[in-house]
Amino acid sequence: MSSEVLLEVHEVSKRFRVQGRDLHAVEKVSFQLQRGQTFGLVGESGSGKSTLGRLVLKLLEATEGRIVYQGKDITRFTQKQMRPLRQEMQIIFQDPMASMSPRMTIGMAIEDAMIIHRIGTKEERQKRVDELLERVGLPREVKWAYPHELSGGQLQRVGIARALSLRPKLVICDEPISALDVSIQVQVIQLLRELQQDYDLTYIFISHNLAVVEYLSDVVAVLYLGEVVEQAPAEELFSRPTHPYTQVLIQSILKMPRSLEERQVLTPIQGEIPSPFDPPKGCPFHPRCPMAVDRCRTTKPERRLIGPNHAVACHLAT
Amino acid sequence: MVSQPLLSIEDLRVEFDRGEDTVYAVNGVSFSIAEGETLGIVGESGSGKSVTLMSAIGLIRENGRIRSGRALFQGTDLLKLSERQLEDIRGREIGVVFQDPMTSLNPVMRIGDQIMEAMLAHHFCSHREAFERTLQLLHEMGIPEPRARFRNYPHEFSGGMRQRIMMAIALACEPQLLIADEPTTALDVTVQMQILALLEEQRRKRNMAVAIITHDFGVATNFCDRIIVLYAGQIMEVADTGAFIRESAHPYTVGLKHSIIEIGHRAKPLKPIPGMAPTVTEMPRSCSFAPRCPLATERCRNELPQLREIGPGHWVACHRAEEVLADVI
Ligand SMILES: Nc1ncnc2c1ncn2[C@@H]1O[C@H](COP(=O)(O)OP(=O)(O)OP(=O)(O)O)[C@@H](O)[C@H]1O
Ligand SMILES: Nc1ncnc2c1ncn2[C@@H]1O[C@H](COP(=O)(O)OP(=O)(O)OP(=O)(O)O)[C@@H](O)[C@H]1O
Ligand code: SF4
Ligand code: SF4
Ligand SMILES: [Mg+2]
Ligand SMILES: [Mg+2]
Repeated sequence: MSSEVLLEVHEVSKRFRVQGRDLHAVEKVSFQLQRGQTFGLVGESGSGKSTLGRLVLKLLEATEGRIVYQGKDITRFTQKQMRPLRQEMQIIFQDPMASMSPRMTIGMAIEDAMIIHRIGTKEERQKRVDELLERVGLPREVKWAYPHELSGGQLQRVGIARALSLRPKLVICDEPISALDVSIQVQVIQLLRELQQDYDLTYIFISHNLAVVEYLSDVVAVLYLGEVVEQAPAEELFSRPTHPYTQVLIQSILKMPRSLEERQVLTPIQGEIPSPFDPPKGCPFHPRCPMAVDRCRTTKPERRLIGPNHAVACHLAT
Repeated sequence: MVSQPLLSIEDLRVEFDRGEDTVYAVNGVSFSIAEGETLGIVGESGSGKSVTLMSAIGLIRENGRIRSGRALFQGTDLLKLSERQLEDIRGREIGVVFQDPMTSLNPVMRIGDQIMEAMLAHHFCSHREAFERTLQLLHEMGIPEPRARFRNYPHEFSGGMRQRIMMAIALACEPQLLIADEPTTALDVTVQMQILALLEEQRRKRNMAVAIITHDFGVATNFCDRIIVLYAGQIMEVADTGAFIRESAHPYTVGLKHSIIEIGHRAKPLKPIPGMAPTVTEMPRSCSFAPRCPLATERCRNELPQLREIGPGHWVACHRAEEVLADVI
């Protein structure tokens, strides 16, 4: 594996102006991603995962911070400057149907991106469609089918084939398996892994399923109200979760017990996610934190290293 | 726990017209729910979970029909009742929480009015009492400032809060049975935990029976007393949760268990079930799971396995259940 840095994100923030007020969607997020690695993003709904993904792809303009792709600062790149890079950066969505025209056959949908980027002749593109379908484990006839004729799992494979059609380097997977059955999830995860190895792909994998993120990722960041509250290599993060929020997330997962005696007591976390318009003063997690002390209500904890590559934003973390 | 079955479904068969085809969505399903019991119904998408429960309470799309069966609720066959009579029971004795709260809440009606309406429509109590009870329910569901929130519309709440409002509506008339169709599937784990804890508390307080549909074995095993596994509109396995956890005897159940990725599984190789769940367009005459089953034999492809009891209250529809129990896969 090469150790080439593909992507650097420096203190990136995004604020949306909504009805005259600032919504803090992403706050000062930083990470570095090596080629061939997977960066996992977890956090509750509204924590800023998709926004961060879109910032990296420059589908959104960052309010602050810098995005460096293969050594080039692309933060202020115009759409025209981005064009050649677009092919290299692809996205897979939770709902592949939403990004497909109901009147296009699957074959056309996969070919479409190649046409837009003026790649190959008609025959070459057709051949590539066949290859891609085979690669993602779909029968060739699917080419002639329409989106509504496929199952969710099949459609997600089509979504993956489309993303691969342009031979990308970086693929953002935004909840690609959340709508699928566990049995199909496992098939898609396996496929994503194989493709990563075969094509040296770099992934940003977004999901609120922590176990799947742990399974696939090299490094994981936990987002809360747009901020990274903890970031560490996957094994470290899940074996030594240190931020109280990470701990709450992990404790909230209902695992299948090994006997009736080991069943989990249902212990809910208090409170709701605060409004992103008006994040709490001090530590953004303090209104829900079971360990909060006075200092947490007034002083915002800085992110700091508590171990090799293990960063936590909590006053009490050691 | 020995108690009366509250709802007893017998040999239910439901089919739909789809173009030229007939979809056999539910193929001879029988089970019962006891008073105060929590029953989990699991299975992949399309296995017939929703159609089974919804058709039993008279909710069925117009391209569908019930071919046969009975759904005895406290002795009355729901499948023989008129729409009026069913409406009296649904929302009164049987509460229902649908999967997508946005489509089942009225977007232009204040949520407080919607909860009150649930009580007033069934003449459950007076207007005054319905108002007080609505505030009480909102409070019990963990919605802060009920009096202020009463006036809000559904879009002014988060997904988890809308799901709790749905629960308030379903619980408003103190039903004996609550049917919850994937009440937490779209929600964050933290919100899922809040909702399940609330459900558990309400269930205990009122000795209410709960039938919960879920994809999630973690939810089913931690929350339910008994679990039914559906596939292709048929029951593959029924077991008390303890037996379900330790002694699952159907290759499909085992396959689903192997598909679960949990924290700490990083180094574990994945073992997916090959293929996907079918849409059943022919009456099953052999084992529906055979095309995906690692143990399938000639017999499986020729002979429909019947549900049989292999332990107390533990039923399995598989020719080779004993071998599965003995850990061949
Ligand atoms: N275009 C936009 N305009 C205004 N606010 C937005 C916009 N896009 C996102 N937001 C807000 O930014 C915050 C982060 O949203 P985002 O979609 O990134 O969250 P997420 O973590 O992906 O959530 P989910 O798990 O629900 O997909 C939310 O409060 C959201 O409402
Ligand atoms: N109105 C309908 N017309 C035709 N087929 C239908 C209809 N409703 C359901 N079906 C079919 O009946 C079968 C069972 O559907 P059902 O909705 O009960 O599945 P489910 O187990 O609830 O799945 P999910 O987990 O996706 O909700 C499926 O094959 C489905 O396609
Ligand atoms: S800083 Fe305080 S409130 Fe914030 S997570 Fe740490 S202990 Fe909790
Ligand atoms: S009957 Fe045969 S095919 Fe069906 S589940 Fe059992 S072993 Fe598998
Ligand atoms: Mg998102
Ligand atoms: Mg359903």
